[in-house]
Amino acid sequence: MTCIGSYLENSEEMLSDRFEVCILMKINENECQVVSSLSPKSSSQCFVEASLVEKRWMLFSFLELYRFGKRYLLFKTVDTSPLLLPPPSVAVAVAVADRSMSLSKMPVVDGERGPDASSFSLDSERTLYPYVTGTSVVAFKYRDGILMAADMGGSYGSTLRYKTVERIKPIGKHSLLGASGEISDFQEILRYLDELILYDNMWDDGNSLGPKEVHNYLTRVMYNRRNKFNPLWNSLVLGGVKNGQKYLGMVSMIGVNFEDNHVATGFGNHLARPILRDEWNENLSFEDGVKLLEKCMRVLLYRDRSAVNKLQIAKITEEGATLFPPYSLKTFWGFEAYKNPTVGAEGSW
Amino acid sequence: MFRNQYDTDVTTWGPAGRLFQVEYAMEAVKQGSAAIGLRSKTHVVLACVNKANNELSSHQKKIFKVDDHIGVAIAGLTADGRVLSRYMRSECISHAFTYESPLPVGRLVVQLADKAQVCTQRSWKRPYGVGLLVAGLDESGAHLYYNCPSGNYFEYQAFAIGSRSQAAKTYLERRFENFMDSKCEDLVKDALIAIRETLQGERLTSTICTVAVVGVGESFHILDQNTVQQLIDEFEIVGEEEPPAAEAGDTGDQETAAGEATPAEEGAAPMDI
Repeated sequence: MTCIGSYLENSEEMLSDRFEVCILMKINENECQVVSSLSPKSSSQCFVEASLVEKRWMLFSFLELYRFGKRYLLFKTVDTSPLLLPPPSVAVAVAVADRSMSLSKMPVVDGERGPDASSFSLDSERTLYPYVTGTSVVAFKYRDGILMAADMGGSYGSTLRYKTVERIKPIGKHSLLGASGEISDFQEILRYLDELILYDNMWDDGNSLGPKEVHNYLTRVMYNRRNKFNPLWNSLVLGGVKNGQKYLGMVSMIGVNFEDNHVATGFGNHLARPILRDEWNENLSFEDGVKLLEKCMRVLLYRDRSAVNKLQIAKITEEGATLFPPYSLKTFWGFEAYKNPTVGAEGSW
Repeated sequence: MFRNQYDTDVTTWGPAGRLFQVEYAMEAVKQGSAAIGLRSKTHVVLACVNKANNELSSHQKKIFKVDDHIGVAIAGLTADGRVLSRYMRSECISHAFTYESPLPVGRLVVQLADKAQVCTQRSWKRPYGVGLLVAGLDESGAHLYYNCPSGNYFEYQAFAIGSRSQAAKTYLERRFENFMDSKCEDLVKDALIAIRETLQGERLTSTICTVAVVGVGESFHILDQNTVQQLIDEFEIVGEEEPPAAEAGDTGDQETAAGEATPAEEGAAPMDI
């Protein structure tokens, strides 16, 4: 059964609490009558008076659906007695809107096909796809703490648009956060963490949030956003040292989190981690660690199309965090196969 | 203290700058049965007197585990104490869920104190009538705090609250300098002796007291009766090193000579007058 709506005038007085529910009943092909509007906080079964053709009472049951992160209420007739049921063209479609939206803007919902995500203006407030993205972050534990590296590129689709994006930031006294994915979401996360660290410092009591605590906090944030279908489009790497304990963990945009001795995001998982699995060990010195990081980043530079040749390395130890100035890796392109590329096909590039 | 025209409401100040209702609430703490706490660098011990109303009933629970690393002993309106323990447990769990690490006891105590302060500034509420001895761990080691109905909190090396707690406090005052470096077992013994002080001559057995311990590497747990009885027997047989008798000031009728009670008659110190 489908329903096409015509909207209530004087919608404002009908708005209650957070939801406005109206039940629309199809009279014929072109017309529809709003039969009733009520707050979903009322009991799950409600009587609706059919005010069009003749007075009839219909019993509706209240079905709550979730789709595209929005809550819908579907009213279905329960009583199948022919006496009670009006003509079969009765519609059961309901639209739910936030208080801020007046009824007249409420989109029509097709009872059979279900709501169309893009038809809701509220949708523009949730993340659908990333725009400016950063590529991989690679990190591992070494003798004195954690080493992390990321390039400084922010891609706009396939354009390598921004080339000085700092994707690793220190958090509090004990942690470093590196992020790949949407840069604006990373900045939002930094704002959350800034507030968190501020409140932690305000206690001024000798206790402080270590990397494990920050990692778990981030997991909760990411998971909650994912549950609302409005994720922060990032893969985060959180590393730090507190009281001699080294900690390195990762959180993805859907809230998957784990700890490990070496982690990477994005392409780094495929290109860098195999190298780390072979060559990482517990007691890397700082110099060896940087060499290993450079090896991973060089592979990524050659093979990841969204990598830029400007990388930043950061380390964190018991003493604190250090972000080193950015620099470039030397690359070699002088392979025989690359020389005279068009020799076999003139005119191509 | 006496009734006066400023003590009807918690939101009425007296002319001397006192909130009488809050002070009356602190009186309620003094009426409850005794609870004491003491701590070393790494451990905190809580002990309390648990007397049942009559032989048929069970005793009031006065020591609550709030989390693996925090416990609380209460004195006063035990119902208020129970409700506050529930709040504390809830705060600890909430913190552990978000941060996967234990809530530092210093922060919990501040949250408790803020909660108590609210009740001293709303005309439709009353102050909590319970004093809480909060024992817990945080990054810097073991701590003991006292939260009172006024919304104040203090950190202590050792403290006693409830009825006849002055006797225990006096004993603790004499011994507290040694606590910081004591072993856990010695702390428990000191706690038991302090409890005995508040009993005013009654015999100390493990059926009328409860002892709990929390420490670095040791979860908060209540010692079982047998262990406690064994410890009691140990110091009863050996005899105390120093006379535990109270000074003349507080009870007024115990002589220092009474402290050297013989092991067989421990606690039955002659009470003059």
